[in-house]
Amino acid sequence: MLLQQLVDGVATGAIYGALALAIVLVYRASRTLNFAQGELALLGAYVSWQLTAWGLPIWIALVISMLALGLLSAGIERVLIRPLVRRHQHLPLIIVTLGMMIALNALIGWIWTYQTKEVPALFGSGAVAVAGAAVSRQDIGIVLTVLAVAIVLAALFGFTRVGLRMRAAVAAPESAELSGISTGRTMAIGWGIAGAVGALAGTLIAPELFLHPGMMGPVLIYAFAAATLGGLDSPVGALVGGIAVGVIENLAGSYIPVVGSEVKQVVALVIIVAVLLLRPQGLFGRKELVRA
Amino acid sequence: MSLLSIDVASAGYGPVTVLRDVALEIAAGGRLVVLGANGAGKTTLLRTISGLCRVEGSIRLDGRELTGMPTHRVAASGIAHVPQGRGTFGDLTVRENLLAGGSTRPRREAAADAAQWLERFPRLAERASRPASGLSGGEQQLLAIARAFMARPRVVLLDEPSLGLAPKITDEVFATLDEIGRETGTAMLVVEQNAELALGIAEEAVVIESGTITVRGSATELRDNDDVRRAYLGV
Repeated sequence: MLLQQLVDGVATGAIYGALALAIVLVYRASRTLNFAQGELALLGAYVSWQLTAWGLPIWIALVISMLALGLLSAGIERVLIRPLVRRHQHLPLIIVTLGMMIALNALIGWIWTYQTKEVPALFGSGAVAVAGAAVSRQDIGIVLTVLAVAIVLAALFGFTRVGLRMRAAVAAPESAELSGISTGRTMAIGWGIAGAVGALAGTLIAPELFLHPGMMGPVLIYAFAAATLGGLDSPVGALVGGIAVGVIENLAGSYIPVVGSEVKQVVALVIIVAVLLLRPQGLFGRKELVRA
Repeated sequence: MSLLSIDVASAGYGPVTVLRDVALEIAAGGRLVVLGANGAGKTTLLRTISGLCRVEGSIRLDGRELTGMPTHRVAASGIAHVPQGRGTFGDLTVRENLLAGGSTRPRREAAADAAQWLERFPRLAERASRPASGLSGGEQQLLAIARAFMARPRVVLLDEPSLGLAPKITDEVFATLDEIGRETGTAMLVVEQNAELALGIAEEAVVIESGTITVRGSATELRDNDDVRRAYLGV
């Protein structure tokens, strides 16, 4: 029973981690929280659903959805975000992402209605027995997919020139420009990757939660908890934080009677508040140096 | 014909104008030092060249207009800039800092050049795989200089390379600059408060006061100029 809970927690946690990763990539690129990250992931899930409804296999639908959301997200950065970043308009920036969240949600409801849709599971049904626990294929598939994405991104950042440019632009934007690196381009790439990873998270979680316009609201809160716990500027932290939040959420829901499944979301808020009070930079984040 | 020609009517930040009527020329391989007190506009001059300030006027590299270009394009067209306070990428390793400096060049060439710079500075080579934030001030400055030369620029702009360094380290930094400049034939525009050292490696010099050029001449002339001696050489 406990093992079962742990495995379930790791699987949903991996999805929270993926969405948290999207939040972190955007934060690193533009130093802003993208409150629309959840709705962008929702849009990705709907695009996947729509393509399967038109007869495409779910895997191909997922790839197209990731590409589409990647491009859309990079476009949003270019048109709505960059002009504000360049003028250091931090508060308007947050308001813009909040506005996008509301607008995207309404748009999705308008296009696809508020009726629940069923997204095919990517990894089929059934379970595998692991150490006495029945682990669903779906759970295993989710964890492996997120792991694969993490490895690809780690390789991108660690071993490619694009990755080096992106990290240089995060470490010292002005020096990066002075070295011939276009920080505009690295920002757009960061947003683009975030959009694609978000679409993946949305499509992975849709079969678990059933697809409807309110689906990503709670998931976004968990993802913010994960990103806060891991450290807002740490991609590794986002994934570790996601899994931790998934496990804590599951265990608290089952073993703490007061929490139950109804008020599980409070767990996310408790984590956010606790981290901000005790270790604001998160587990893997870098402490911000503030010079007085 | 001069390599870099600057003819700026006004430059500054937003509504604030810092530079007025500044005209300068640097020949290929030439070395110009800009002297001046704190706040005179020396840093603004370099930032204007790199496209980081509002500017009216013309800045040409080899006849090509640079004003209006975004900073990374100015850099890519042949101007490297070592900013005040070095501006190294603290989270990146020393080797990655060098590679980032060469990011406008073909991958293989950049890797080969990075290896050469590490060979040249054993102290950087020892720490090649560690984050640059762990380096001392002098090592950071050498890294920032090497990173600038990684781009194989035609002109290098240096903003107060001596800032915050012990005198002995400063001597070393300037000797290294002199050496690299000689080897590569790269033109240099050095902004410096340490006039003695800067005049030592320069051919020409100007003094900026309140955003405009008040004295200009050869490095030797400025060294013998009484006003300059009083104001900047402390003798």
